[in-house]
Amino acid sequence: MRRASGPNELLILIPAFNEDGAVADVIREVHQVVPEAPVLVVDDASSDSTYEKARSAGADVLQLPYHLGLGGCVQAGYKLAYGLGYYYVIRVDGDGQHDPKYIPALLQVLRETGCHMVIGSRFYEGNGEHTSAVRAVGIWVFRTVLRPILGKPVRDPTSGFVGVNREALEVFTRSFPLEYPEIEALVVLQRKHFRFEEVPCRMRKRKAGRSTITAVKSLYYIIHVLLGVFVNILKFEGRRRKK
Amino acid sequence: MERLLNAMTILSILLMVVVLFSVRRSHIRVEYSVSWLGAAAILLVLSRSHATLNWIAAQLGLADPPLALIILVFCIFLVVILRLSVIISDLKDANIAMAQRVAILEFQIQSLHEEK
Repeated sequence: MRRASGPNELLILIPAFNEDGAVADVIREVHQVVPEAPVLVVDDASSDSTYEKARSAGADVLQLPYHLGLGGCVQAGYKLAYGLGYYYVIRVDGDGQHDPKYIPALLQVLRETGCHMVIGSRFYEGNGEHTSAVRAVGIWVFRTVLRPILGKPVRDPTSGFVGVNREALEVFTRSFPLEYPEIEALVVLQRKHFRFEEVPCRMRKRKAGRSTITAVKSLYYIIHVLLGVFVNILKFEGRRRKK
Repeated sequence: MERLLNAMTILSILLMVVVLFSVRRSHIRVEYSVSWLGAAAILLVLSRSHATLNWIAAQLGLADPPLALIILVFCIFLVVILRLSVIISDLKDANIAMAQRVAILEFQIQSLHEEK
């Protein structure tokens, strides 16, 4: 993979775990929408042919030695993107839920508003028809909790369709939540007084694979994320561990 | 009371023996055996020293010294488990950072090969 050749360069990051049914189509769609942007798939130690499918579709693949979970997987991609000098990174899930046609809209908001993070929000204009009832309840809880913490409403805090600029990227290379990272990442950025914006987009049904948030796990998910949010608020950053 | 204290003495000696054997067989690293050996030593001393146990029970306002011993045992093992949780968390962080670094280095090596 080439280094960023100039300022303001964009990288598309696709975290993938056992997504061989959809990842190639997602990569091809991304190439059609933003042909100039390199695509980096982070393969979280898939047991299927995700790696081969992603390579044959023309993406670069960062292969993790063992399964790290979504947060560790995305952070690995952020670290590589930061090291290669990219200024913007937009994350698109490998299951086909995120429609790449919204990438230019996310990039435009990142560039024009100077915000540090942009979220593709499925609830911005009354969308969200592909959201399960359990997830919708969780999102309502998180919206309510996050409102006073972030100082502004966030419509879709669980969306993984996010773009970040280089400043946020630098923060995330050092500190990124490991499990269910989307919501906690907002709190990490808020602690730095970084800004986020939301962009309306429609989510599609996943083409393959299963959600990491099943109905059985939803209660654990809500408790885990709420705990993570409060831990991030209270986190002491005076001592830096050597990594 | 005496029976409970004897049981605690046997338990603490057993704990020491198991930990020492584990260290000898490299199942536990020396630095992580210290917490367990310390806990076992405290347990042994308290179960054999009635005067100390009575004094602690009096300080805690407990009429029953064995109850004081049980509370102390609980607190000691709570501290040991907490210390191990901190160690495990540190190890997990280090492990994830290392896995990410290995993946990135492999990726860069592969990119260099492809460029050639």
